[in-house]
Amino acid sequence: MPLLEISRLTHRFEGLCAVSDFNLRVDPHELVGIIGPNGAGKTTVFNLMTGVYRASEGSINFQGKELVGLNPHSITRLGIARTFQNIRLFREISVLDNVRIAHYGQTAYSPAEALLHIGRFRAEERRITVQALDLLAVFHLDASANEKAKNLPYGLQRRLEMARALATEPKLLLLDEPAAGMNPNEILQLMDFIRWIRKTFSVTILLIEHQMRLVMGICERLVVLDFGATIAEGLPAEIQANPKVLEAYLGEEVAS
Amino acid sequence: MMKAAIVTLQKRWQQLTGLKYFWPVFLAAGLAFCVAADRYDFVDLYLQLIIIYVGINIILTVSLNLINGYMGEFSVGHAGFMAVGAYIASILTVYVFPQNAAGILFPAAILAGGMGAALVGFLVAIPSFKTRGDYLAIVTLAFGMIVKSVLENIDAVGGPRGLLGMEKLTTLPWVFFWTVLSVWVIRNLVYSNFGRGIWSIREDEIASDLMSVNTRQVKIIAFVVSSFFAGVAGGLFAHAIQFINPRMFDILKSTDVLIMVYLGGIGSIAGSVLGAVIYTLLLEILRPLGVWRMVFMPLMLVLLMIYRPRGIMGLREARLFTPLLDRVTEKLWRQRKKEARHAAP
Repeated sequence: MPLLEISRLTHRFEGLCAVSDFNLRVDPHELVGIIGPNGAGKTTVFNLMTGVYRASEGSINFQGKELVGLNPHSITRLGIARTFQNIRLFREISVLDNVRIAHYGQTAYSPAEALLHIGRFRAEERRITVQALDLLAVFHLDASANEKAKNLPYGLQRRLEMARALATEPKLLLLDEPAAGMNPNEILQLMDFIRWIRKTFSVTILLIEHQMRLVMGICERLVVLDFGATIAEGLPAEIQANPKVLEAYLGEEVAS
Repeated sequence: MMKAAIVTLQKRWQQLTGLKYFWPVFLAAGLAFCVAADRYDFVDLYLQLIIIYVGINIILTVSLNLINGYMGEFSVGHAGFMAVGAYIASILTVYVFPQNAAGILFPAAILAGGMGAALVGFLVAIPSFKTRGDYLAIVTLAFGMIVKSVLENIDAVGGPRGLLGMEKLTTLPWVFFWTVLSVWVIRNLVYSNFGRGIWSIREDEIASDLMSVNTRQVKIIAFVVSSFFAGVAGGLFAHAIQFINPRMFDILKSTDVLIMVYLGGIGSIAGSVLGAVIYTLLLEILRPLGVWRMVFMPLMLVLLMIYRPRGIMGLREARLFTPLLDRVTEKLWRQRKKEARHAAP
């Protein structure tokens, strides 16, 4: 059974068709990449999957549940977490609290218990804190746990965003251009890092990327999007040789 | 010389605030003072009234800070919630409760005022699901106007002439109790995952929703708790001055609370307390200036906004107000940081 099945997904912004008839099937433990030129509709697909936008047509099925029409937080609780193309951390809040907030969906105490700090509150708060600190330690961020998120260097901010996403205990992790702003050396490290995350947290990963080196290096399967429609799908090697893909990226050959 | 003195002072302060017994001792002493002052009248009545105002203003400021500071919204309708609490509590003590039992049932009246305001706060939370920033400010502004004009048109509560006949039930011990309760409860909320949800809405609402925060639930909690304590403050206020009319709860009253919030600092419990104390006391101290008082105070605010735009304590918290668990976490973190520094070549 596939983990995620998107069929005939279409989304229009006032007449502009951002995604049209998009289909995707992701099996558990796969690492799939979505590529395509700027403005092809890749991030829109992520926004539709996570409930930021509501799809005009089509269905998104995650482990047998329909996601179209659900709130973002309900979708996150079902097990889909994401990072953002332009980092969206809670900047004025400490690194530790960034991760603790992501435990919101699993918090077992009620508002009344929180107001009076009674009942399950103390034990639960300790559990969340210890879990968050452990997660930060795994990401080598524990030394900056009490720093404000905005004070971290760029690379660590990217790492914190992934830690925060993983704190929601996802089954499917969506990475939106994780290599943005990185040099070739850092991209190599990032490739190892993504593989390591998949193994350690046993998550399925779907990523959007421009950097061909990264995509070709780690993805098992690729989907190419152009003008909101799928133009090719297959193994990285197949995609590289696909004339349609070359056309989308480099333009049509001028007939002489 | 000066620097050394400050350092020793800071150390003393840290020792004092690090003490396990600070809060129990402070609370016991405060309560003892309030009860004694109330019983034996060794503090003159004018001073007592000022202390009562300070307490009420602390409640108003801490509760508004939840919306304007922690959640990052801009509510200008706090006086509206206060009015709801003031009228409900007054109607209860004047008309509903038997005359001889009004004193004993006073806490129930205040509680009812708070609950009534909380219910109204729940209704105001609903537009906040869709609207933010300036637009929510307009919604709360409109709410304040509605409350005022509704009260002006109900003859049963005196209409524009107002309501009187309340006994002076707001005593120092009660103000002390409600002030401590409101600060404690809001501190608790802020240092829970619901509170962190409130902060995350200030930072990035979409990201917080995507990190599993139920933003609607969080907004309802914030508005309900905030308006509850505004209602409590209203009830206390009504029974302190023994006369209320709708004009007391207009936009100027809301502005007063806003000033205290931004003076003390957004997103800070200690800041709210400081802001309320400083503003209330300054207004009294500067009374001899007469009309010039209203020139001096705004001028001070302009300067504050230029040199300290986030207020005295903006987005910082005094250690006194952080829960033990977070202090332990911080200690743990410092230790790890030290280890990391030693491990680094």
